Amino acid sequence: MSSFLSMKMPVVPLLLMLLVSLLACQPSTVLNNPYTETDNQQTVLYQSFSERPKHLDPAMAYSENEYAFIAQIYEPPLQYHYLQRPYQIIPLTTLNLPEVVYRDDKGAALPSDAEPTRIAFTDYIITLQAGIRYQPHPALAKTEQGGYLYHHLDAQAIAPLNTLNDFASTGSRELLAEDYVYQIKRLAHPKNQSPIAEIMKNYIVGFADFAKQAKDLPKTAIKGMSLAGAVAVNEHQYRIRINGKYPQFIYWLAMPFFSAMPWEAEVFYNQPGLSDKNITLDWYPIGTGAYYLAENNPNRRMILQKNPYYHPESYPREGEPEDRANGLLKDAGKTLPFIDKVVFTLEKETIPYWTKFLQGYYDASGIASDNFDQAIQFTGTGGLALSESMQAKGIQLQTAVQTSSFYLGFNMLDPLLGGTSEPARKLRQAIAIAIDQEEFIAIFMNGRGVAAQGVLPPGIFGFAEGQPGINANVYDWQADKAQRKDIAVAKQLMAEAGYGNGIDPKSHEPLIIYFDTTATSVEDKPRMTWYRKQFEKLGIQLVVRATDYNRFQEKMRAGNAQIFGWGWNADYPDPENFFFLLYGPNGKVKYGGENAGNYQNPAFDRLFEQMRNMDNTPERYQIIQQMQAIVRQDAPWVFGLHPKQFSLFHSWFGNLKANLMANNELKYRRIDTAARADKRQQWNRPIIWPLLLVGVLLVLLILPAYLAYRKRTQETLS
Amino acid sequence: MIAYIIRRALYAVPLLIGVNILTFVLFFIVNSPDDMARLQLGQKHVTEQAITNWKQQHGYDLPLLWNDQAEAGQQLTETIFYQKSVGLFWFHFGISDSGRNISADIRERAWPSLAVALPSLAVGLWVDIAFALLMVLFRNTYLEFGGLVICVILMSVSSLFYIIGGQFIIAKLMCLVPISGYEEGFAAIKFLVLPVLIGVFAGIGSGVRWYRTLFLEEASKDYVRTARAKGLTESQVLFRHVLKNAMIPILTGVVVVLPTLFMGSLIMESFFSIPGLGSYTIDAINNQDFAIVRAMVFLGSVLYVFGLLLTDISYTLVDPRVRLS
Repeated sequence: MSSFLSMKMPVVPLLLMLLVSLLACQPSTVLNNPYTETDNQQTVLYQSFSERPKHLDPAMAYSENEYAFIAQIYEPPLQYHYLQRPYQIIPLTTLNLPEVVYRDDKGAALPSDAEPTRIAFTDYIITLQAGIRYQPHPALAKTEQGGYLYHHLDAQAIAPLNTLNDFASTGSRELLAEDYVYQIKRLAHPKNQSPIAEIMKNYIVGFADFAKQAKDLPKTAIKGMSLAGAVAVNEHQYRIRINGKYPQFIYWLAMPFFSAMPWEAEVFYNQPGLSDKNITLDWYPIGTGAYYLAENNPNRRMILQKNPYYHPESYPREGEPEDRANGLLKDAGKTLPFIDKVVFTLEKETIPYWTKFLQGYYDASGIASDNFDQAIQFTGTGGLALSESMQAKGIQLQTAVQTSSFYLGFNMLDPLLGGTSEPARKLRQAIAIAIDQEEFIAIFMNGRGVAAQGVLPPGIFGFAEGQPGINANVYDWQADKAQRKDIAVAKQLMAEAGYGNGIDPKSHEPLIIYFDTTATSVEDKPRMTWYRKQFEKLGIQLVVRATDYNRFQEKMRAGNAQIFGWGWNADYPDPENFFFLLYGPNGKVKYGGENAGNYQNPAFDRLFEQMRNMDNTPERYQIIQQMQAIVRQDAPWVFGLHPKQFSLFHSWFGNLKANLMANNELKYRRIDTAARADKRQQWNRPIIWPLLLVGVLLVLLILPAYLAYRKRTQETLS
Repeated sequence: MIAYIIRRALYAVPLLIGVNILTFVLFFIVNSPDDMARLQLGQKHVTEQAITNWKQQHGYDLPLLWNDQAEAGQQLTETIFYQKSVGLFWFHFGISDSGRNISADIRERAWPSLAVALPSLAVGLWVDIAFALLMVLFRNTYLEFGGLVICVILMSVSSLFYIIGGQFIIAKLMCLVPISGYEEGFAAIKFLVLPVLIGVFAGIGSGVRWYRTLFLEEASKDYVRTARAKGLTESQVLFRHVLKNAMIPILTGVVVVLPTLFMGSLIMESFFSIPGLGSYTIDAINNQDFAIVRAMVFLGSVLYVFGLLLTDISYTLVDPRVRLS
């Protein structure tokens, strides 16, 4: 240090030379690319995930972030058409749609138009395409003698292994009907803890008995056991038998729960020692899908690679009328998939995530509230469009109303708000008018939502557009759109209910209502204040009881809440999947079901029982309208909103169409890698001159110190 | 020395048992096994039977601390507390409630944490000491005063500001390094430059002030006056004598944190997508994953005790007058 301080440096000329050289230099290399150069050799899609998936086993996985991976790997027998709307089920690994045979209680076949009451069982006979093969996987690797190479590993063999890629050999085999049957048995085995096991006990014949028999047996024992409701007829055909008539069952067959699973996988992964390395079926999937999981590090990165054995499948040849004009049929008939590799990177914070998207390192992005103003602007007509900076980058905006419903539920067991009495109903209706959902959407969701008019979101059979679809108890149809009723109407309803000006006649004090919620964070406070103000319009005092998730669930189970916030995301595009949330026998307090408000109306229940087993006919549509009318009148929910999904895609990302039901959409997508490389180069030119500026400033700071030190050391005692 | 180390290790046992009991009690005051099952099983279609199955599968179907139904010693051993705790003392952390092997996860995630924390500590130490010595060198001048003001300003700014500001300027505007991400081996360097730089910069304010205080105290001692009287230059006095003699308090601060560097930094790792241990415990608390919470609290306690022991041992290395007994 002392030598540094005593150095004689030609500082200024040196710095000037460096400055000139740096300014003259136009760096062509991109320095901030977070990916390796080898990725340039193939078509790679870059995506992110913000939360580690909990499960990748199709028997257990049930959330969106888990389906983002496993739906590309595992294949159920059926899938949703990528382009057609309304959502349409088509074959995936099957030759055609399942043959449906209704049977009476003696097993005799019934005609397809048989009365539902006569139908004791329904058979789904599913015929698979021949020649479909599994991805390369060590569980299927065989020795020359035909035995399985890795089914009898000892501790010594397992010791050096850390991931599935450490196995030297892999194998594959043809997909068999038995694999689908095996997976249904896995759903039944209690040790697999499938979230749909309890539902399927009601439908698949023999499911509950099978679960009882398998309870204490190891997971691998189910191969030799038989399940009456799922039987392999031959190598390429199997039959599922369910109780009664349940047309929605076909949608379950398009969900990953019903994917094929080779028995070899379970034997392989259940060897002692592998789970200590996190090598389990829950973390290393094995499927027949378009991709396989090539790298699995849920704390950092997950990589999907194109399955070399993927069965012939082509891009759809038809879609909606506007799809051709939108360029969505350019690839019609071409072999899938178009992308070789998909890299998912864990990105927990929105700032780096958004920056990487703008730099071209992620191909798609959602829009967080922080970035909304940067990405979206309001048009003159009140609509939403891409901002100029986004348009300049060629970014595409895609919006879609989600098949979800958010609502405020009333606990129908509550003595004040619940029940079927006229005052309670009027009180609920008044509250429904007072809570201005349009304002909520504008303030808290940047306009990304649609105010709900009933139980069903758009896109679900039975949803009515326009005037016939409005909630006439809350809205009027004016100037060709739904207008929320004036608050005076709500006040009038309050007076009729006996709570004029919000005063409780018993206490002569303002009515107090409790709102239970899990919204405990600081960010939630403005929302809660907003809710209080909505109730104040009626003179009601709202007390927000914000608790953690556990306590909230406890209150709901015990029926101790008055008003609560809740939501539902469709499992499948059928009205039954929404109306069952209001079906009496699904009441949460009495039956532990999904009817959180414990609503019960015999007329509604009768219509539900009739509607749920029907096909999508005009008659079913009419019944749904009757059910909507009952619920709107009884007002067990304050219908909230259906969120609107806003997604951004770069110009090089193609074949984009929002499909809220399908999860296996990656195989249809296309990337123009050359255009992406050009844009990345253009957007990420390093700027070096500020570094020099900092250097100069540092020197200017140090120089006086250096001079002062020199002066001091050269001073003589006087 | 060996006897001292053994004694300290034995002292740690009741301490760790105490920490374990406290963690257990605090966790189960807030969460019941039923709550844990509900959170793991998701929000849809969760039945009582599914909850019972989950608890049985994961060993949460036993009483918490005392089993009235069992006999003799099993009243203590057939409990969630015993079953979940005893393996910890052999560092068998078991399987997390979401089904992953905890030891494997810790092994995998500790290295990226260390890759950020170790260079941040080393470079930060070097920079802080260098600046502190310079301030002592120029004490009672406008440079020292200016330096102190800058240090106070730097200390007053939140570390989050440095992270966001650093990412904005260096990664977004100047495009010099990736804004976030991680690679293994030498490829990690380009991802580590920014977090290390920010980590060092964020620590300069407090670090420099702390070391300056140490050096000033040392610089006022008699041996320093003697050195000056012998004609040594000020820089020779500071760098050869003062720095060496100020090592004990420096070591106290550094060695104690060395083992805990494995535990990572929550915010830094989250913003830079470093796959380290920083968020492991917080994520586990949010997911009500008791298996991970107890393992990480236990590991943290062990590492802290180990760090204190290392500090004591390091004293004997830098100061021959210190003897452990």
